[in-house]
Amino acid sequence: MIPGSFEYHRPPTISDAVGLLVSFGDDALILAGGHSLIPMMKLRMAVPEYLIDLQDISSLKSISVEGDQITLGAMVTQAELIASSALSEKCPILQTTSLQIADPQIRNVGTIGGNVANGDPGNDMPAVMQLLDATYTLVGPNGERDVKARDFYETAYFTERADDEILTAIKFTAPAAGHGSAYEKQKRKIGDYATAAAGVVLTMADGICTSASIGLTNVADTPLWAEASAAALVGTSVDEPAIKAAMDAAKAIADPAQDSRGPREFRIHVTGIMVQRAIQQAVKNAQ
Amino acid sequence: MQKLDIKMNINGADVEVNVDSRTLLIHILREELNITGPHIGCDTTHCGACTVDLDGKSVKACTIFAGQANGTTIKTIEGMANADGTLHALQAAFKDNHGLQCGFCTPGMIVRAYRLLKENPNPTETEIRYGISGNLCRCTGYQNIVKSIQVAATELSQQEAAE
Repeated sequence: MIPGSFEYHRPPTISDAVGLLVSFGDDALILAGGHSLIPMMKLRMAVPEYLIDLQDISSLKSISVEGDQITLGAMVTQAELIASSALSEKCPILQTTSLQIADPQIRNVGTIGGNVANGDPGNDMPAVMQLLDATYTLVGPNGERDVKARDFYETAYFTERADDEILTAIKFTAPAAGHGSAYEKQKRKIGDYATAAAGVVLTMADGICTSASIGLTNVADTPLWAEASAAALVGTSVDEPAIKAAMDAAKAIADPAQDSRGPREFRIHVTGIMVQRAIQQAVKNAQ
Repeated sequence: MQKLDIKMNINGADVEVNVDSRTLLIHILREELNITGPHIGCDTTHCGACTVDLDGKSVKACTIFAGQANGTTIKTIEGMANADGTLHALQAAFKDNHGLQCGFCTPGMIVRAYRLLKENPNPTETEIRYGISGNLCRCTGYQNIVKSIQVAATELSQQEAAE
């Protein structure tokens, strides 16, 4: 399959990249790892006239962990994220989730910025960023602005990012030390998108859940921050009735379409199961 | 249509090609340079038959544009044999252990296994299976591929110890 013709650019700085975006308008697309975009271009579902490759912009490739403040450059690959011992110590759910994305070759090229920015509801990181209450930095012709991951996604492939903006970084505060986390993803095979997936971060003190946050992947047109589901755990010992309440609250907001992964009812059912398993695993990991 | 000058080092040799910007790395290798070891299996980033080693990482050459590959160092199955012409331990192990039937996935499988063993010289069976999870084989059921990689891992670590 041969993609349409385009003009290739590899700017050295963010301001050069933004300048190109402004001058080319909506005929241009940003190329990060390209592992969502290039398949779309081969299918001619994306036909950009200009591609702006960010790979030479070294400031987009850093992982910064200062105290509990974590900043991920948009061009950090999934493999680099998995390999970071500082990250796996402070926030292991990133590694847990990343290892469930695609396969080793794709994780060597696919980036965290591309995963969160392109708005595909099948992507796993957006729900994780929502449950971590992450902030995305967008740079455009009028400078820089921050948008919460929880406010970023409008519907499938439509986000708060304007056509002339670049998502450059993801910032969040690491969950409290001793927290437990898990990302449970039901998929048909390696490399598949989720039938349903759930991420959980929670803290326990003396057997009681003191805080919780839950995100859901691929069960709606956008990732979902399951606020009521997490609230059902707080103040409980995370016993069976509490988990059941959290499952029911997650299922109540899930709105998946029927697809090759199964009918709507099945995917809602699986949403509940993923929430249950992720909670149980997170409790096991919590100290 | 934009043409790009692309310079790469492939299997130790510097090469330069002039191609359309929309050309994919796999097509540069196969059609411009006659390096036909990397195969086009699915053309959708799933099967891994086009796997090459690019700047020390396994990637799928069907999903890399020419411009992205500019300035990189690439190794394919053609560059896998030892300098004296003998087979690399992985090639020998695949041959000796029936690690292939039709052979279509083999170049990608061996190039991927090469990097896997560089990163993890003594992988468990599970680590091998996850390590090659981006490479599909429709003949073997993977059993002998996994076995071949295990044999090669042992052989390579013995070679290492002898040096």
